[in-house]
Amino acid sequence: MARIIVITSGKGGVGKTTTSAALAMGLAQQGKRTVVIDFDVGLRNLDLIMGCERRVVYDFINVINGEANLNQALIRDKRCDHLYVLPASQTRDKDALTKEGVDRVLTELSEGYDFIVCDSPAGIEHGANMAMYFADDAVVVTNPEVSSVRDSDRMLGILSSRSRRAENGEEPISEYLLLTRYDPERVANGEMLSVDDVQEILSLKLLGVVPESKAVLNASNAGVPVILDRESDAGQAYNDMVSRYLGEDVPHRFLNPEKKGFLSRLFKG
Amino acid sequence: MAVNSSSQNNDADGSRSFELKAASFTLPIIRLMDNNVEAVAARLGKKVEKAPHFFRNTPVVIDLSGLAGSGAGGADLPLLVGLLRGYGMIPFGVRGGSKEQHAAAEALELAVLRDSYVKRDKTKEAEGAEPEDSAPSEQAPQPRASQGQAQRANQGFLLVTRPVRSGQRVYAAGGDLSITAAVSSGAELMADGNIHVYGPLRGRALAGMSGNLEARIFCQDLQAELVSIAGHYRVSENIPSEMRGVPVQIFLDQKVLRIEKL
Ligand SMILES: Nc1ncnc2c1ncn2[C@@H]1O[C@H](COP(=O)(O)OP(=O)(O)O)[C@@H](O)[C@H]1O
Ligand SMILES: [Mg+2]
Repeated sequence: MARIIVITSGKGGVGKTTTSAALAMGLAQQGKRTVVIDFDVGLRNLDLIMGCERRVVYDFINVINGEANLNQALIRDKRCDHLYVLPASQTRDKDALTKEGVDRVLTELSEGYDFIVCDSPAGIEHGANMAMYFADDAVVVTNPEVSSVRDSDRMLGILSSRSRRAENGEEPISEYLLLTRYDPERVANGEMLSVDDVQEILSLKLLGVVPESKAVLNASNAGVPVILDRESDAGQAYNDMVSRYLGEDVPHRFLNPEKKGFLSRLFKG
Repeated sequence: MAVNSSSQNNDADGSRSFELKAASFTLPIIRLMDNNVEAVAARLGKKVEKAPHFFRNTPVVIDLSGLAGSGAGGADLPLLVGLLRGYGMIPFGVRGGSKEQHAAAEALELAVLRDSYVKRDKTKEAEGAEPEDSAPSEQAPQPRASQGQAQRANQGFLLVTRPVRSGQRVYAAGGDLSITAAVSSGAELMADGNIHVYGPLRGRALAGMSGNLEARIFCQDLQAELVSIAGHYRVSENIPSEMRGVPVQIFLDQKVLRIEKL
């Protein structure tokens, strides 16, 4: 039985797709059979970040509508044997994501995989509801800004009531916080909320803090999940996140501004 | 022995103690089109400023028919009633509205004016009401209640051990509500009895929802947006800063809301 993880947020553009790609790749590299599904119908970009956009034949909606079977639609990652991508449709209507259809696909995938990562669209629209409904775990991606934290809080409320687990009165979804685009210098200047500020408001288990990093854009331009860029701070932060998700106790890094050398201090002031 | 044909009642000694009669009054009706108490407060505030005397000690009927389908139930009624009282009006009854709203009204000891008591001025009025219901209000955002998941207590008290998030509502009908986690700003707690919060209280807390003046709110860390006991409320702005962030109790003293350090 696969564990279903939804990557969600209240606001768009916070780093959900970046995180979905990183988490899926990280899990697969640890030998877990993993599939990552793009629920953002009409805005598909997971396949771009995964670098498989030119191999898309069938998509998630085709499978739901019975126009293709799962084996035809799943794209195997070229870098990692254990990783598959189920892309979203760029053209179809969001309403094609029916609850029964999603349930059927997830149930079928559950047999052959350890983890199913669901890249959710932002907010509380239909696609987001479908992505969260069947989840066992939720990673709430948040930027260190008041509005993003507020939206995440709202999202958490919805998660705890609008899920299969909630409806069946089962153990609630396990919720995790992932802070992304964290800029320690701006935090130090008081322009952004600190990890502690966010933790105090959301009181959630902190899965990781991913720094604001140029490596993310470079990686997505290259179609390589940033977690594979082991040199980069963001890549390392995502690696730590995966280890923590799998139960390891890893200290948080990249929380403080880089110590400036004597010369740069002298010149920058 | 002659039977008294009038409705006058005679006591044993023959003196008259009361008389039952019917009379009709013309009363201002405040017809709500928006369930968002803040929006109503803002607009009403402007009206009252213009003609403060017109509203002072004026009995009013609250017409809820314009709120049909807003889905908020009776939950905001205590706030609205508190608001009207704050402007010096004497709300004494409601007309129209849902079963939940009627229950809330009765709990506040307001009369529910059924249609048989309310003479329809013209059928036109009744017809006019329908299309307006679906007309969107000026504000784009949904009233905050729209996604509220009201949890109801069934044993007369309710214990919540998980954080209450923005947009969530928890209602302990008929009893106390205890929360052992944080209450986010934008969340709403309601109880007919007392409310106890053992995490930071950043949202709204309304105790004594059914009019119990003895109800209290106890909390470890007061950062609330609004606190209310039996419809007497206070917003964040009017909570003194020395009461913030410390353990307090909130209660009514001669119908005046008081916040006291514990
Ligand atoms: N840690 C980061 N540092 C810098 N840019 C980032 C970071 N995470 C995400 N971004 C950028 O933010 C934008 C939105 O990211 P994306 O993952 O698509 O968000 P979402 O799926 O939530 O809309 C992209 O341009 C991405 O490159
Ligand atoms: Mg995305």
